[in-house]
Amino acid sequence: MLSYIIRRLLGVIPVMLVVGIFVFSLLHLAPGDPAAIIAGDNATAESIARIRANLGLDRPLWEQFSTWGWATLRGDLGVSMYSGTAVTTMVQQRIGATLSLATTTMLVAVTIAVTLGVLAAWKAGSLLDRAVMGLAVTGFSVPVFVVGYIMVYFVSLQWRLLPVQGYVPLSEGFWNWLRHLILPSFALGLAYVALIARITRASMLDVLAEDYIRTASAKGVASVPMLLRHALKNAAVPIITVIGIGVALLISGVVITESVFNVPGVGRLVVDAISRRDYPVIQGVMIIFAAVYVLINLLIDISYCFLDPRIRYS
Amino acid sequence: MTPTTTRDKLADFMRRHPTIVVGGLLLAIIALAALLAPWIARDPLALEPINRLKPPSAEFWLGTDSLGRDVYARMIYGARISLLVGLTVAVVSILIGAVIGLVAGYFPKVDAVVMRLMDGLMAIPAILLAIALVSLLGASVKVVIVAIAIPEIPRVTRLVRSVVLSVRGLPFVEAARSNGTRTAKLLRRHILPSTIAPLIVQATYICASAILTEAGLSFLGAGTPPEFPTWGNMIASSRLYLQIAPWTIFAPGLCLALVVLAVNLLGDGLRDRLDPRISRRM
Repeated sequence: MLSYIIRRLLGVIPVMLVVGIFVFSLLHLAPGDPAAIIAGDNATAESIARIRANLGLDRPLWEQFSTWGWATLRGDLGVSMYSGTAVTTMVQQRIGATLSLATTTMLVAVTIAVTLGVLAAWKAGSLLDRAVMGLAVTGFSVPVFVVGYIMVYFVSLQWRLLPVQGYVPLSEGFWNWLRHLILPSFALGLAYVALIARITRASMLDVLAEDYIRTASAKGVASVPMLLRHALKNAAVPIITVIGIGVALLISGVVITESVFNVPGVGRLVVDAISRRDYPVIQGVMIIFAAVYVLINLLIDISYCFLDPRIRYS
Repeated sequence: MTPTTTRDKLADFMRRHPTIVVGGLLLAIIALAALLAPWIARDPLALEPINRLKPPSAEFWLGTDSLGRDVYARMIYGARISLLVGLTVAVVSILIGAVIGLVAGYFPKVDAVVMRLMDGLMAIPAILLAIALVSLLGASVKVVIVAIAIPEIPRVTRLVRSVVLSVRGLPFVEAARSNGTRTAKLLRRHILPSTIAPLIVQATYICASAILTEAGLSFLGAGTPPEFPTWGNMIASSRLYLQIAPWTIFAPGLCLALVVLAVNLLGDGLRDRLDPRISRRM
Protein backbone atom coordinates (compact mmCIF):
# COMPACT_ATOMS: atom_id res chain seq x y z
CA MET A 1 0.00 0.00 0.00
CA LEU A 2 2.82 2.39 0.89
CA SER A 3 4.55 1.79 -2.42
CA TYR A 4 1.24 2.46 -4.19
CA ILE A 5 0.89 5.78 -2.40
CA ILE A 6 4.49 6.75 -3.24
CA ARG A 7 4.05 5.81 -6.88
CA ARG A 8 0.83 7.75 -7.05
CA LEU A 9 2.57 10.78 -5.49
CA LEU A 10 5.40 10.59 -8.03
CA GLY A 11 2.81 10.42 -10.81
CA VAL A 12 1.81 13.97 -9.98
CA ILE A 13 5.13 15.30 -11.29
CA PRO A 14 4.70 14.55 -15.03
CA VAL A 15 1.06 15.67 -14.95
CA MET A 16 1.89 19.04 -13.43
CA LEU A 17 4.84 19.43 -15.80
CA VAL A 18 2.51 18.88 -18.75
CA VAL A 19 0.02 21.37 -17.25
CA GLY A 20 2.85 23.88 -16.95
CA ILE A 21 3.91 23.41 -20.56
CA PHE A 22 0.32 23.71 -21.82
CA VAL A 23 -0.48 26.82 -19.84
CA PHE A 24 2.81 28.49 -20.70
CA SER A 25 2.77 27.77 -24.42
CA LEU A 26 -0.94 28.57 -24.71
CA LEU A 27 -0.24 32.15 -23.74
CA HIS A 28 3.18 32.65 -25.27
CA LEU A 29 2.57 31.20 -28.70
CA ALA A 30 -0.70 33.07 -29.15
CA PRO A 31 -0.82 36.04 -31.52
CA GLY A 32 -0.84 39.53 -30.04
CA ASP A 33 1.96 41.35 -28.24
CA PRO A 34 1.17 41.94 -24.56
CA ALA A 35 3.81 44.66 -24.33
CA ALA A 36 2.04 46.63 -27.08
CA ILE A 37 -1.32 46.15 -25.35
CA ILE A 38 -0.03 47.42 -22.01
CA ALA A 39 1.74 50.37 -23.62
CA GLY A 40 -1.56 51.52 -25.12
CA ASP A 41 -2.52 52.97 -28.51
CA ASN A 42 -0.20 55.99 -28.51
CA ALA A 43 2.95 54.15 -27.43
CA THR A 44 6.26 54.56 -29.23
CA ALA A 45 8.27 51.58 -30.41
CA GLU A 46 10.79 52.51 -27.76
CA SER A 47 8.42 52.35 -24.82
CA ILE A 48 7.04 49.04 -26.08
CA ALA A 49 10.56 47.66 -26.21
CA ARG A 50 11.24 48.88 -22.68
CA ILE A 51 8.09 47.22 -21.32
CA ARG A 52 8.99 44.03 -23.15
CA ALA A 53 12.46 44.02 -21.59
CA ASN A 54 11.03 44.71 -18.12
CA LEU A 55 8.67 41.75 -18.41
CA GLY A 56 11.40 39.51 -19.80
CA LEU A 57 9.39 38.93 -22.98
CA ASP A 58 12.47 39.53 -25.18
CA ARG A 59 14.33 36.46 -23.93
CA PRO A 60 14.13 33.03 -25.60
CA LEU A 61 10.98 31.02 -24.84
CA TRP A 62 12.73 28.14 -23.05
CA GLU A 63 14.50 30.61 -20.78
CA GLN A 64 11.23 32.34 -19.96
CA PHE A 65 9.68 28.93 -19.29
CA SER A 66 12.41 27.71 -16.95
CA THR A 67 12.49 31.00 -15.03
CA TRP A 68 8.73 30.93 -14.69
CA GLY A 69 8.67 27.22 -13.82
CA TRP A 70 11.20 27.53 -10.98
CA ALA A 71 9.48 30.59 -9.57
CA THR A 72 6.11 28.80 -9.68
CA LEU A 73 7.58 25.81 -7.84
CA ARG A 74 8.78 28.13 -5.10
CA GLY A 75 5.25 29.55 -4.82
CA ASP A 76 6.04 32.80 -6.63
CA LEU A 77 3.38 33.29 -9.31
CA GLY A 78 4.68 36.63 -10.51
CA VAL A 79 3.13 40.07 -10.56
CA SER A 80 0.01 41.29 -12.36
CA MET A 81 0.87 43.24 -15.50
CA TYR A 82 -1.83 45.77 -14.70
CA SER A 83 -2.00 46.42 -10.99
CA GLY A 84 1.55 45.38 -10.15
CA THR A 85 0.17 43.31 -7.26
CA ALA A 86 1.62 39.84 -6.65
CA VAL A 87 -0.61 37.15 -8.14
CA THR A 88 -0.53 35.18 -4.89
CA THR A 89 -1.84 38.24 -3.02
CA MET A 90 -4.65 38.72 -5.55
CA VAL A 91 -5.60 35.06 -5.23
CA GLN A 92 -5.46 35.22 -1.41
CA GLN A 93 -7.84 38.18 -1.40
CA ARG A 94 -10.38 36.27 -3.47
CA ILE A 95 -9.90 32.65 -2.47
CA GLY A 96 -12.23 33.03 0.54
CA ALA A 97 -15.26 33.69 -1.64
CA THR A 98 -14.44 30.84 -4.02
CA LEU A 99 -13.72 28.34 -1.23
CA SER A 100 -16.93 29.32 0.58
CA LEU A 101 -18.94 28.77 -2.59
CA ALA A 102 -17.22 25.47 -3.40
CA THR A 103 -17.61 24.11 0.14
CA THR A 104 -21.29 24.98 0.57
CA THR A 105 -22.00 23.63 -2.92
CA MET A 106 -20.26 20.34 -2.11
CA LEU A 107 -22.12 20.01 1.20
CA VAL A 108 -25.50 20.79 -0.36
CA ALA A 109 -24.92 18.55 -3.37
CA VAL A 110 -23.50 15.51 -1.59
CA THR A 111 -26.17 15.58 1.15
CA ILE A 112 -29.07 15.86 -1.27
CA ALA A 113 -27.62 13.52 -3.87
CA VAL A 114 -26.67 10.67 -1.55
CA THR A 115 -30.05 10.84 0.23
CA LEU A 116 -31.93 10.82 -3.09
CA GLY A 117 -29.74 8.08 -4.54
CA VAL A 118 -30.16 5.81 -1.49
CA LEU A 119 -33.93 6.36 -1.42
CA ALA A 120 -34.20 5.69 -5.16
CA ALA A 121 -32.22 2.45 -4.87
CA TRP A 122 -34.19 1.36 -1.81
CA LYS A 123 -37.52 1.88 -3.56
CA ALA A 124 -36.21 0.86 -7.00
CA GLY A 125 -38.88 0.99 -9.69
CA SER A 126 -41.25 3.10 -7.61
CA LEU A 127 -42.60 6.53 -8.48
CA LEU A 128 -39.99 8.06 -6.15
CA ASP A 129 -37.21 6.27 -8.03
CA ARG A 130 -38.47 7.55 -11.36
CA ALA A 131 -38.83 11.07 -10.03
CA VAL A 132 -35.24 11.03 -8.76
CA MET A 133 -33.89 9.70 -12.04
CA GLY A 134 -35.94 12.25 -13.98
CA LEU A 135 -34.50 15.00 -11.81
CA ALA A 136 -31.02 13.59 -12.43
CA VAL A 137 -31.28 13.77 -16.23
CA THR A 138 -32.88 17.20 -16.10
CA GLY A 139 -30.37 18.53 -13.57
CA PHE A 140 -27.58 17.60 -15.90
CA SER A 141 -29.18 19.48 -18.77
CA VAL A 142 -29.90 22.89 -17.27
CA PRO A 143 -26.87 25.22 -17.26
CA VAL A 144 -26.01 26.89 -13.98
CA PHE A 145 -26.75 30.41 -15.24
CA VAL A 146 -30.28 29.43 -16.27
CA VAL A 147 -31.05 27.78 -12.90
CA GLY A 148 -29.39 30.74 -11.22
CA TYR A 149 -31.54 33.38 -12.89
CA ILE A 150 -34.76 31.37 -12.40
CA MET A 151 -33.98 31.11 -8.67
CA VAL A 152 -33.03 34.79 -8.41
CA TYR A 153 -36.23 35.80 -10.21
CA PHE A 154 -38.55 33.87 -7.89
CA VAL A 155 -36.71 33.64 -4.56
CA SER A 156 -35.04 37.05 -4.53
CA LEU A 157 -37.08 39.34 -6.78
CA GLN A 158 -40.63 37.99 -6.38
CA TRP A 159 -40.63 36.59 -2.82
CA ARG A 160 -37.76 38.74 -1.52
CA LEU A 161 -36.35 35.98 0.67
CA LEU A 162 -32.64 36.11 -0.20
CA PRO A 163 -30.19 38.63 -1.65
CA VAL A 164 -30.03 38.88 -5.44
CA GLN A 165 -26.25 38.76 -5.66
CA GLY A 166 -22.98 39.57 -3.93
CA TYR A 167 -20.82 38.01 -1.28
CA VAL A 168 -20.15 38.83 2.36
CA PRO A 169 -17.14 37.35 4.17
CA LEU A 170 -17.70 35.01 7.09
CA SER A 171 -16.21 37.60 9.47
CA GLU A 172 -19.35 39.74 8.98
CA GLY A 173 -21.62 37.20 10.57
CA PHE A 174 -22.49 33.58 9.84
CA TRP A 175 -26.05 34.14 8.69
CA ASN A 176 -25.12 37.10 6.56
CA TRP A 177 -22.43 34.97 4.90
CA LEU A 178 -24.68 31.97 4.47
CA ARG A 179 -27.70 33.75 3.00
CA HIS A 180 -25.57 35.14 0.18
CA LEU A 181 -24.36 31.62 -0.60
CA ILE A 182 -27.65 29.70 -0.56
CA LEU A 183 -28.79 30.49 -4.11
CA PRO A 184 -25.34 30.16 -5.76
CA SER A 185 -24.70 26.81 -4.05
CA PHE A 186 -28.05 25.35 -5.07
CA ALA A 187 -27.67 26.62 -8.65
CA LEU A 188 -24.14 25.28 -8.97
CA GLY A 189 -24.98 22.11 -7.02
CA LEU A 190 -27.81 20.95 -9.29
CA ALA A 191 -25.62 19.32 -11.94
CA TYR A 192 -23.57 17.77 -9.17
CA VAL A 193 -26.68 16.39 -7.46
CA ALA A 194 -27.65 14.81 -10.76
CA LEU A 195 -24.26 13.19 -11.29
CA ILE A 196 -23.83 11.87 -7.74
CA ALA A 197 -27.44 10.72 -7.30
CA ARG A 198 -27.19 8.55 -10.43
CA ILE A 199 -23.99 6.86 -9.29
CA THR A 200 -25.24 6.44 -5.73
CA ARG A 201 -28.37 4.72 -6.97
CA ALA A 202 -26.48 2.43 -9.36
CA SER A 203 -23.84 1.58 -6.80
CA MET A 204 -26.45 0.93 -4.07
CA LEU A 205 -28.45 -1.32 -6.39
CA ASP A 206 -25.33 -3.46 -6.95
CA VAL A 207 -24.65 -3.72 -3.23
CA LEU A 208 -28.28 -4.39 -2.26
CA ALA A 209 -28.20 -7.45 -4.51
CA GLU A 210 -25.30 -8.96 -2.51
CA ASP A 211 -25.70 -11.99 -0.25
CA TYR A 212 -24.61 -10.20 2.91
CA ILE A 213 -27.46 -7.73 2.59
CA ARG A 214 -29.94 -10.60 2.34
CA THR A 215 -28.30 -12.18 5.39
CA ALA A 216 -28.53 -8.94 7.31
CA SER A 217 -32.18 -8.43 6.53
CA ALA A 218 -32.91 -12.11 7.29
CA LYS A 219 -31.30 -11.59 10.68
CA GLY A 220 -33.78 -8.83 11.25
CA VAL A 221 -31.55 -5.77 10.90
CA ALA A 222 -33.91 -2.85 10.47
CA SER A 223 -34.06 -1.13 7.07
CA VAL A 224 -32.46 2.18 7.87
CA PRO A 225 -29.34 0.91 9.72
CA MET A 226 -28.97 -1.73 7.05
CA LEU A 227 -29.09 0.82 4.24
CA LEU A 228 -26.57 3.09 5.93
CA ARG A 229 -24.20 0.80 7.79
CA HIS A 230 -24.20 -2.25 5.54
CA ALA A 231 -25.02 -0.98 2.08
CA LEU A 232 -23.93 2.66 1.74
CA LYS A 233 -20.52 1.98 3.29
CA ASN A 234 -19.83 -0.66 0.69
CA ALA A 235 -21.20 1.44 -2.14
CA ALA A 236 -18.84 4.31 -1.29
CA VAL A 237 -15.99 3.70 -3.77
CA PRO A 238 -17.82 4.59 -7.00
CA ILE A 239 -19.60 7.47 -5.25
CA ILE A 240 -16.32 8.98 -4.11
CA THR A 241 -14.76 8.43 -7.54
CA VAL A 242 -17.52 10.40 -9.18
CA ILE A 243 -17.21 13.19 -6.63
CA GLY A 244 -13.57 13.45 -7.77
CA ILE A 245 -14.55 13.53 -11.44
CA GLY A 246 -17.05 16.20 -10.54
CA VAL A 247 -14.34 18.49 -9.18
CA ALA A 248 -13.53 19.47 -12.77
CA LEU A 249 -17.21 20.21 -13.28
CA LEU A 250 -17.29 22.23 -10.06
CA ILE A 251 -14.28 24.35 -11.04
CA SER A 252 -15.78 25.20 -14.44
CA GLY A 253 -19.12 25.88 -12.75
CA VAL A 254 -17.59 28.18 -10.15
CA VAL A 255 -16.26 30.47 -12.89
CA ILE A 256 -19.76 30.95 -14.37
CA THR A 257 -21.59 31.03 -11.03
CA GLU A 258 -19.36 33.81 -9.73
CA SER A 259 -20.36 35.84 -12.79
CA VAL A 260 -24.10 35.19 -12.33
CA PHE A 261 -24.14 36.10 -8.63
CA ASN A 262 -21.42 38.72 -8.79
CA VAL A 263 -19.20 36.88 -6.31
CA PRO A 264 -15.70 38.42 -6.22
CA GLY A 265 -13.81 35.11 -6.36
CA VAL A 266 -10.91 33.56 -8.20
CA GLY A 267 -13.14 32.67 -11.17
CA ARG A 268 -14.01 36.33 -11.76
CA LEU A 269 -10.35 37.21 -11.32
CA VAL A 270 -9.27 34.92 -14.15
CA VAL A 271 -12.12 35.89 -16.49
CA ASP A 272 -11.20 39.56 -16.06
CA ALA A 273 -7.50 38.74 -16.48
CA ILE A 274 -8.13 36.85 -19.73
CA SER A 275 -9.94 39.79 -21.29
CA ARG A 276 -6.99 42.04 -20.38
CA ARG A 277 -4.36 39.45 -21.31
CA ASP A 278 -2.81 39.70 -17.88
CA TYR A 279 -0.52 36.70 -18.50
CA PRO A 280 0.86 36.13 -14.98
CA VAL A 281 -2.63 36.12 -13.44
CA ILE A 282 -4.04 33.75 -16.09
CA GLN A 283 -1.11 31.36 -15.75
CA GLY A 284 -1.14 31.47 -11.97
CA VAL A 285 -4.86 30.80 -11.55
CA MET A 286 -4.88 28.03 -14.18
CA ILE A 287 -1.96 26.33 -12.42
CA ILE A 288 -3.72 26.65 -9.06
CA PHE A 289 -6.98 25.21 -10.38
CA ALA A 290 -5.12 22.34 -12.07
CA ALA A 291 -3.15 21.63 -8.90
CA VAL A 292 -6.37 21.52 -6.86
CA TYR A 293 -7.88 19.09 -9.35
CA VAL A 294 -4.80 16.85 -9.32
CA LEU A 295 -4.54 16.99 -5.52
CA ILE A 296 -8.18 16.07 -4.92
CA ASN A 297 -7.98 13.17 -7.32
CA LEU A 298 -4.76 12.04 -5.64
CA LEU A 299 -6.46 12.07 -2.22
CA ILE A 300 -9.37 10.13 -3.66
CA ASP A 301 -7.09 7.48 -5.17
CA ILE A 302 -5.31 7.12 -1.83
CA SER A 303 -8.60 6.95 0.07
CA TYR A 304 -9.46 3.73 -1.82
CA CYS A 305 -6.74 1.95 0.19
CA PHE A 306 -8.69 2.65 3.35
CA LEU A 307 -12.22 2.37 1.99
CA ASP A 308 -11.95 -0.95 0.25
CA PRO A 309 -9.41 -3.39 1.69
CA ARG A 310 -10.29 -5.84 -1.10
CA ILE A 311 -8.43 -3.70 -3.61
CA ARG A 312 -4.82 -4.81 -3.69
CA TYR A 313 -2.21 -2.57 -5.22
CA SER A 314 0.84 -4.31 -6.51
CA MET B 1 -45.43 -12.55 -28.18
CA THR B 2 -42.81 -11.37 -30.64
CA PRO B 3 -43.76 -8.38 -32.75
CA THR B 4 -44.51 -9.13 -36.38
CA THR B 5 -45.83 -6.13 -38.28
CA THR B 6 -43.87 -2.90 -38.69
CA ARG B 7 -46.33 -1.13 -36.44
CA ASP B 8 -45.90 -3.71 -33.70
CA LYS B 9 -42.13 -3.43 -34.04
CA LEU B 10 -42.28 0.34 -33.70
CA ALA B 11 -44.53 0.09 -30.66
CA ASP B 12 -42.19 -2.50 -29.18
CA PHE B 13 -39.12 -0.30 -29.78
CA MET B 14 -40.92 2.64 -28.21
CA ARG B 15 -41.82 0.58 -25.14
CA ARG B 16 -38.28 -0.71 -24.66
CA HIS B 17 -36.39 2.48 -25.47
CA PRO B 18 -38.67 5.38 -24.62
CA THR B 19 -35.72 7.73 -24.06
CA ILE B 20 -34.38 7.25 -27.61
CA VAL B 21 -37.81 8.02 -29.05
CA VAL B 22 -38.54 11.03 -26.83
CA GLY B 23 -35.01 12.47 -27.11
CA GLY B 24 -34.84 11.86 -30.85
CA LEU B 25 -38.24 13.42 -31.53
CA LEU B 26 -37.48 16.48 -29.41
CA LEU B 27 -34.16 16.93 -31.15
CA ALA B 28 -35.75 16.46 -34.59
CA ILE B 29 -38.33 19.17 -33.86
CA ILE B 30 -35.64 21.62 -32.71
CA ALA B 31 -33.41 20.81 -35.69
CA LEU B 32 -36.36 21.33 -38.05
CA ALA B 33 -37.13 24.71 -36.46
CA ALA B 34 -33.47 25.69 -36.85
CA LEU B 35 -33.46 24.67 -40.52
CA LEU B 36 -36.72 26.45 -41.30
CA ALA B 37 -35.76 29.56 -39.30
CA PRO B 38 -36.03 32.07 -42.20
CA TRP B 39 -39.57 30.89 -42.93
CA ILE B 40 -40.97 30.64 -39.41
CA ALA B 41 -39.37 33.67 -37.78
CA ARG B 42 -38.67 37.29 -38.69
CA ASP B 43 -35.20 38.91 -38.79
CA PRO B 44 -33.44 38.17 -35.46
CA LEU B 45 -31.18 41.22 -35.85
CA ALA B 46 -33.84 43.83 -36.69
CA LEU B 47 -33.86 46.59 -34.06
CA GLU B 48 -37.16 48.26 -33.21
CA PRO B 49 -36.36 50.82 -30.52
CA ILE B 50 -40.07 51.70 -30.14
CA ASN B 51 -40.80 48.15 -29.09
CA ARG B 52 -38.22 47.76 -26.32
CA LEU B 53 -38.85 45.13 -23.62
CA LYS B 54 -42.41 44.40 -24.78
CA PRO B 55 -44.04 41.44 -23.00
CA PRO B 56 -45.18 38.44 -25.10
CA SER B 57 -48.05 39.37 -27.42
CA ALA B 58 -49.71 38.27 -30.65
CA GLU B 59 -47.14 40.21 -32.65
CA PHE B 60 -44.07 39.24 -30.61
CA TRP B 61 -44.81 35.72 -29.35
CA LEU B 62 -42.06 35.84 -26.74
CA GLY B 63 -41.78 39.59 -26.38
CA THR B 64 -38.82 41.77 -27.29
CA ASP B 65 -35.44 42.43 -25.67
CA SER B 66 -33.79 45.64 -24.51
CA LEU B 67 -32.99 46.69 -28.10
CA GLY B 68 -36.45 45.83 -29.39
CA ARG B 69 -35.38 42.61 -31.08
CA ASP B 70 -37.86 39.74 -31.42
CA VAL B 71 -37.02 37.16 -28.71
CA TYR B 72 -38.83 34.35 -30.53
CA ALA B 73 -36.85 34.95 -33.74
CA ARG B 74 -33.56 35.12 -31.86
CA MET B 75 -34.45 31.94 -30.00
CA ILE B 76 -35.13 30.05 -33.24
CA TYR B 77 -31.94 31.31 -34.87
CA GLY B 78 -30.02 30.56 -31.67
CA ALA B 79 -30.77 26.87 -32.19
CA ARG B 80 -28.64 26.99 -35.35
CA ILE B 81 -25.44 27.96 -33.52
CA SER B 82 -26.07 25.56 -30.63
CA LEU B 83 -26.70 22.57 -32.89
CA LEU B 84 -23.84 23.48 -35.23
CA VAL B 85 -21.36 23.79 -32.38
CA GLY B 86 -22.66 20.65 -30.61
CA LEU B 87 -22.46 18.46 -33.72
CA THR B 88 -19.14 19.78 -35.02
CA VAL B 89 -17.41 19.54 -31.66
CA ALA B 90 -18.66 15.96 -31.25
CA VAL B 91 -17.41 14.93 -34.71
CA VAL B 92 -14.06 16.73 -34.49
CA SER B 93 -13.15 15.57 -30.99
CA ILE B 94 -14.27 11.99 -31.69
CA LEU B 95 -12.19 11.80 -34.89
CA ILE B 96 -9.02 13.23 -33.35
CA GLY B 97 -9.45 11.45 -30.02
CA ALA B 98 -10.13 8.10 -31.69
CA VAL B 99 -6.96 8.25 -33.83
CA ILE B 100 -4.81 9.16 -30.81
CA GLY B 101 -6.51 6.50 -28.70
CA LEU B 102 -6.03 3.77 -31.32
CA VAL B 103 -2.33 4.53 -31.67
CA ALA B 104 -1.78 4.92 -27.91
CA GLY B 105 -3.60 1.69 -27.11
CA TYR B 106 -1.71 -0.30 -29.71
CA PHE B 107 1.84 1.01 -29.26
CA PRO B 108 2.91 0.91 -25.57
CA LYS B 109 5.83 3.30 -26.15
CA VAL B 110 3.58 6.01 -27.60
CA ASP B 111 1.05 5.25 -24.88
CA ALA B 112 3.26 6.36 -21.97
CA VAL B 113 3.91 9.78 -23.50
CA VAL B 114 0.45 10.41 -24.94
CA MET B 115 -1.43 9.48 -21.78
CA ARG B 116 0.71 11.82 -19.66
CA LEU B 117 -0.17 14.62 -22.11
CA MET B 118 -3.84 13.72 -21.85
CA ASP B 119 -3.73 13.61 -18.01
CA GLY B 120 -2.21 17.09 -18.00
CA LEU B 121 -4.78 18.41 -20.47
CA MET B 122 -7.61 16.97 -18.35
CA ALA B 123 -6.33 18.74 -15.24
CA ILE B 124 -6.83 22.18 -16.80
CA PRO B 125 -10.45 23.35 -16.31
CA ALA B 126 -12.14 23.03 -19.71
CA ILE B 127 -13.92 26.35 -19.55
CA LEU B 128 -10.76 28.30 -18.68
CA LEU B 129 -8.84 26.62 -21.49
CA ALA B 130 -11.67 27.48 -23.88
CA ILE B 131 -11.99 31.11 -22.71
CA ALA B 132 -8.23 31.58 -23.00
CA LEU B 133 -8.14 30.09 -26.52
CA VAL B 134 -11.09 32.20 -27.68
CA SER B 135 -9.73 35.46 -26.31
CA LEU B 136 -6.24 34.78 -27.68
CA LEU B 137 -7.25 33.59 -31.15
CA GLY B 138 -10.14 36.03 -31.55
CA ALA B 139 -13.84 35.26 -31.22
CA SER B 140 -15.49 33.45 -34.15
CA VAL B 141 -17.68 30.38 -34.47
CA LYS B 142 -14.72 28.40 -35.83
CA VAL B 143 -12.45 29.31 -32.91
CA VAL B 144 -15.23 28.51 -30.42
CA ILE B 145 -15.59 25.04 -31.96
CA VAL B 146 -11.84 24.37 -31.74
CA ALA B 147 -11.64 25.76 -28.21
CA ILE B 148 -14.45 23.52 -26.98
CA ALA B 149 -13.25 20.44 -28.88
CA ILE B 150 -9.68 20.41 -27.51
CA PRO B 151 -10.58 19.76 -23.84
CA GLU B 152 -12.96 16.96 -24.96
CA ILE B 153 -10.23 14.99 -26.75
CA PRO B 154 -8.66 13.32 -23.65
CA ARG B 155 -11.96 11.69 -22.67
CA VAL B 156 -12.34 10.16 -26.14
CA THR B 157 -8.71 9.05 -26.17
CA ARG B 158 -9.08 7.31 -22.80
CA LEU B 159 -12.24 5.55 -23.91
CA VAL B 160 -10.81 4.29 -27.22
CA ARG B 161 -7.53 3.31 -25.60
CA SER B 162 -9.30 1.20 -22.97
CA VAL B 163 -11.29 -0.60 -25.68
CA VAL B 164 -8.10 -1.24 -27.71
CA LEU B 165 -6.31 -2.60 -24.65
CA SER B 166 -9.13 -5.02 -23.93
CA VAL B 167 -9.46 -6.15 -27.57
CA ARG B 168 -5.85 -6.37 -28.75
CA GLY B 169 -5.14 -9.69 -26.99
CA LEU B 170 -8.32 -11.41 -28.17
CA PRO B 171 -8.02 -14.42 -30.55
CA PHE B 172 -9.54 -12.68 -33.62
CA VAL B 173 -6.96 -9.92 -33.44
CA GLU B 174 -4.13 -12.40 -32.83
CA ALA B 175 -5.35 -14.41 -35.81
CA ALA B 176 -5.38 -11.39 -38.10
CA ARG B 177 -1.91 -10.39 -36.92
CA SER B 178 -0.41 -13.86 -37.45
CA ASN B 179 -1.92 -13.84 -40.94
CA GLY B 180 0.40 -10.94 -41.67
CA THR B 181 -2.20 -8.17 -41.70
CA ARG B 182 -0.44 -4.81 -41.74
CA THR B 183 -0.82 -2.70 -38.61
CA ALA B 184 -2.81 0.11 -40.23
CA LYS B 185 -5.32 -2.34 -41.65
CA LEU B 186 -5.41 -4.31 -38.41
CA LEU B 187 -6.32 -1.18 -36.47
CA ARG B 188 -8.90 -0.09 -39.02
CA ARG B 189 -10.58 -3.36 -39.86
CA HIS B 190 -10.28 -5.41 -36.70
CA ILE B 191 -9.95 -3.06 -33.74
CA LEU B 192 -11.81 0.11 -34.78
CA PRO B 193 -15.22 -1.63 -35.10
CA SER B 194 -15.23 -2.50 -31.37
CA THR B 195 -14.93 1.17 -30.47
CA ILE B 196 -17.90 2.33 -32.58
CA ALA B 197 -20.71 1.61 -30.12
CA PRO B 198 -19.14 3.33 -27.11
CA LEU B 199 -18.03 6.21 -29.36
CA ILE B 200 -21.56 6.86 -30.59
CA VAL B 201 -22.75 7.11 -27.00
CA GLN B 202 -19.78 9.29 -26.06
CA ALA B 203 -20.52 11.54 -29.05
CA THR B 204 -23.98 12.38 -27.69
CA TYR B 205 -22.57 13.32 -24.28
CA ILE B 206 -19.86 15.45 -25.90
CA CYS B 207 -22.52 17.14 -28.03
CA ALA B 208 -24.56 17.95 -24.90
CA SER B 209 -21.59 19.27 -23.00
CA ALA B 210 -20.38 21.29 -26.01
CA ILE B 211 -23.78 23.01 -26.29
CA LEU B 212 -23.60 23.88 -22.58
CA THR B 213 -20.00 25.12 -22.85
CA GLU B 214 -20.76 27.26 -25.92
CA ALA B 215 -23.66 28.87 -24.05
CA GLY B 216 -21.43 29.38 -21.01
CA LEU B 217 -18.70 31.00 -23.11
CA SER B 218 -21.19 33.30 -24.85
CA PHE B 219 -22.69 34.13 -21.46
CA LEU B 220 -19.26 35.15 -20.14
CA GLY B 221 -18.71 37.25 -23.25
CA ALA B 222 -15.83 35.04 -24.36
CA GLY B 223 -17.59 32.98 -26.99
CA THR B 224 -19.52 33.43 -30.22
CA PRO B 225 -19.35 37.18 -31.08
CA PRO B 226 -22.25 39.17 -29.56
CA GLU B 227 -23.78 40.02 -32.94
CA PHE B 228 -24.74 36.35 -33.41
CA PRO B 229 -28.12 35.47 -31.87
CA THR B 230 -26.98 32.63 -29.57
CA TRP B 231 -28.83 31.58 -26.42
CA GLY B 232 -25.83 32.44 -24.25
CA ASN B 233 -25.54 35.90 -25.82
CA MET B 234 -29.29 36.49 -25.37
CA ILE B 235 -29.07 35.69 -21.66
CA ALA B 236 -25.91 37.75 -21.21
CA SER B 237 -27.39 40.84 -22.87
CA SER B 238 -30.64 40.57 -20.89
CA ARG B 239 -29.27 39.92 -17.40
CA LEU B 240 -29.88 43.49 -16.26
CA TYR B 241 -33.55 43.22 -17.24
CA LEU B 242 -34.36 40.03 -15.29
CA GLN B 243 -36.87 41.81 -13.06
CA ILE B 244 -38.80 43.75 -15.70
CA ALA B 245 -38.47 41.38 -18.68
CA PRO B 246 -37.88 37.81 -17.42
CA TRP B 247 -38.99 36.33 -20.78
CA THR B 248 -35.79 37.59 -22.39
CA ILE B 249 -33.86 35.16 -20.17
CA PHE B 250 -36.35 32.35 -19.58
CA ALA B 251 -37.08 31.71 -23.29
CA PRO B 252 -33.47 31.03 -24.39
CA GLY B 253 -32.76 29.29 -21.06
CA LEU B 254 -35.64 26.89 -21.56
CA CYS B 255 -34.50 26.14 -25.12
CA LEU B 256 -30.99 25.45 -23.97
CA ALA B 257 -32.23 23.06 -21.28
CA LEU B 258 -34.58 21.31 -23.75
CA VAL B 259 -31.90 20.72 -26.39
CA VAL B 260 -29.38 19.40 -23.88
CA LEU B 261 -32.07 17.26 -22.25
CA ALA B 262 -33.01 15.82 -25.65
CA VAL B 263 -29.39 14.97 -26.48
CA ASN B 264 -28.80 13.48 -23.01
CA LEU B 265 -31.96 11.35 -23.25
CA LEU B 266 -30.87 10.13 -26.66
CA GLY B 267 -27.44 9.30 -25.25
CA ASP B 268 -28.84 7.41 -22.26
CA GLY B 269 -31.13 5.44 -24.54
CA LEU B 270 -28.38 4.63 -27.03
CA ARG B 271 -26.13 3.53 -24.19
CA ASP B 272 -28.71 1.07 -22.92
CA ARG B 273 -29.36 -0.13 -26.47
CA LEU B 274 -25.78 -0.38 -27.75
CA ASP B 275 -23.60 -1.13 -24.78
CA PRO B 276 -25.04 -1.57 -21.31
CA ARG B 277 -21.60 -1.97 -19.76
CA ILE B 278 -20.09 1.42 -20.37
CA SER B 279 -21.15 3.97 -17.85
CA ARG B 280 -21.77 7.63 -18.16
CA ARG B 281 -18.93 10.16 -18.05
CA MET B 282 -16.34 7.88 -16.54
